[in-house]
Amino acid sequence: MQLESMYQDIILDHYRNPVGKGELVPFDAEVHHVNPTCGDEITLRVRLSQGVIEEVGHIGQGCSISQASASVMVELVTGRNVTAALEIESAFLDLMQSRGRSVPDEEVLEDAVAFAGVSKYPARVKCALLPWMALKDAVLRVRTEEPTTHDKEK
Amino acid sequence: MTSSASTAGLVSPLDAEAIKADFPLLSRTVRDGKPLVYLDSGATSQKPRSVLDAERDFYEHHNAAVHRGAHQLGEEATDAYEAARETIAAFIGARAQDIVFTKNATESLNLIAYALGNASYASTPQEQALALSPGDRIVVTEMEHHANLVPWQELCRRTGAELAWLSVTDDGRLDISDLDAVINERTKVVAFTHQSNVLGTITPVATLVERARAVGALIVLDACQSVPHMPVDVGELGVDLVAFSGHKMLGPTGIGVLWGRASVLAALPPFITGGSMIETVYMDHSTYAAPPQRFEAGTPVAAQAVGLAAACHYLSEVGMSAVAEHEHYLTSLALSALQEIPGVRIIGPAMANDRGGAVSFLVDGVHAHDVGQVLDDRGVEVRVGHHCAWPLMRRFGIAATTRASFHLYNTAEDVHALIDGVQAARKFFGVA
Repeated sequence: MQLESMYQDIILDHYRNPVGKGELVPFDAEVHHVNPTCGDEITLRVRLSQGVIEEVGHIGQGCSISQASASVMVELVTGRNVTAALEIESAFLDLMQSRGRSVPDEEVLEDAVAFAGVSKYPARVKCALLPWMALKDAVLRVRTEEPTTHDKEK
Repeated sequence: MTSSASTAGLVSPLDAEAIKADFPLLSRTVRDGKPLVYLDSGATSQKPRSVLDAERDFYEHHNAAVHRGAHQLGEEATDAYEAARETIAAFIGARAQDIVFTKNATESLNLIAYALGNASYASTPQEQALALSPGDRIVVTEMEHHANLVPWQELCRRTGAELAWLSVTDDGRLDISDLDAVINERTKVVAFTHQSNVLGTITPVATLVERARAVGALIVLDACQSVPHMPVDVGELGVDLVAFSGHKMLGPTGIGVLWGRASVLAALPPFITGGSMIETVYMDHSTYAAPPQRFEAGTPVAAQAVGLAAACHYLSEVGMSAVAEHEHYLTSLALSALQEIPGVRIIGPAMANDRGGAVSFLVDGVHAHDVGQVLDDRGVEVRVGHHCAWPLMRRFGIAATTRASFHLYNTAEDVHALIDGVQAARKFFGVA
């Protein structure tokens, strides 16, 4: 019975049909993040245009939670500017650290509210956060490298 | 031979249900009232009441700093600590003076690696003989726990020695086909596990010892997964140093053991320095106590030693041969039942011979984390992940496994709960 509270249908659907799975070309930044406690990994690429996240692609291996979280994230942030995407990231982080005690804002998090159940399981929180940490790292890298990164224009 | 044929007629010499009753924690429930099925003893074991009582008794009646002062409590605490050393030594066929107490096996292994590193700044010819230099070799295996790998990587980095390793076969055995080439004439240290914490594989100690002796290498054995589960006599093993943890063998956390051959311990310089481990101290230099005190700086872990001794008593009363036989029985059951489930693949020896009760497996189409979650939801607690053996995972081209591991308190019903849970996971994720 508890299982269903973690594995909401939205999560299982995204796990089975992930959005953004694959190698993105061209891209502005690539990051590789691992979860050192379990060995799961994600390689994530982003392409930005004038501060807007044009596309995100991810490859790697992970459990249903990390894979579904990556997929939900790609849907959420694609087409948004970096500041708005990082606001969602921050709201998602708050939700995941709430130990099941916060009521997520569906306006902001959309499908990602499905992860509220995961926040009750401390060992799985890192799974859900893995793609978001990778995304944050990637977009900040593009920002700091902004003056020199023009590959996508070519 | 089929896997089921290998379990036919197997019986356990133990009444595991009765043993279970000695472990207070095992009667609790988890996840909304489900009976606990604890299958993670490879990570840490549960404790019998006698161990808890022994620690409590020490704190209630005899607690004082060991090897300091001359008051009555100090004497009693010191006696209890040293009596514990006798008991724990006897448990592995050793002499008390050759047993060093550490924090855990990880510290025991680091003690060896750092002491060998310190030998490079040696003050005696005895110590100098242990020093490593560029061109020297340290040999490990591909199935090591990080605790018996990373300290050696670091020692190589500090001394310029090179690290080499024996690889693992597809069925999870140690590949000794190139033993003579890997353990070459320049090899100064051979460090390996007695039993893999992931694969369950028991390594061919005698074969490795023979080759290591032939080239004059120091032999270090990680016995974390063997001492708690089978009879171990350090004299018979023929190695030089043995490391294991108290908490995996029904004892408390916070105590580990390093056994060393007397001549080896005598030659090793200290690792952690400070109080208790000195002979004389001047403002500009110090001299050090004989082993084991040389390696026990700081206030000794007296209550933990007393608890670990109680654990040794408990295990001895049951009998380590019976413990090993019981776990062999459970392992055989688990291996054969798991392999009957479609899409389940054992990582490690598929047969129960020469292996212990750590059973790692993959479930096709379901990530180990998700298998573990479904099991946990049913009260079955296993370990998922890389089990602190990341290079071994890479060897098999995988990121994680689900691992069930047994101890003397597990029953055939526990194995059945595992099997039912794995089937439920396949169903839940739509691969059944």
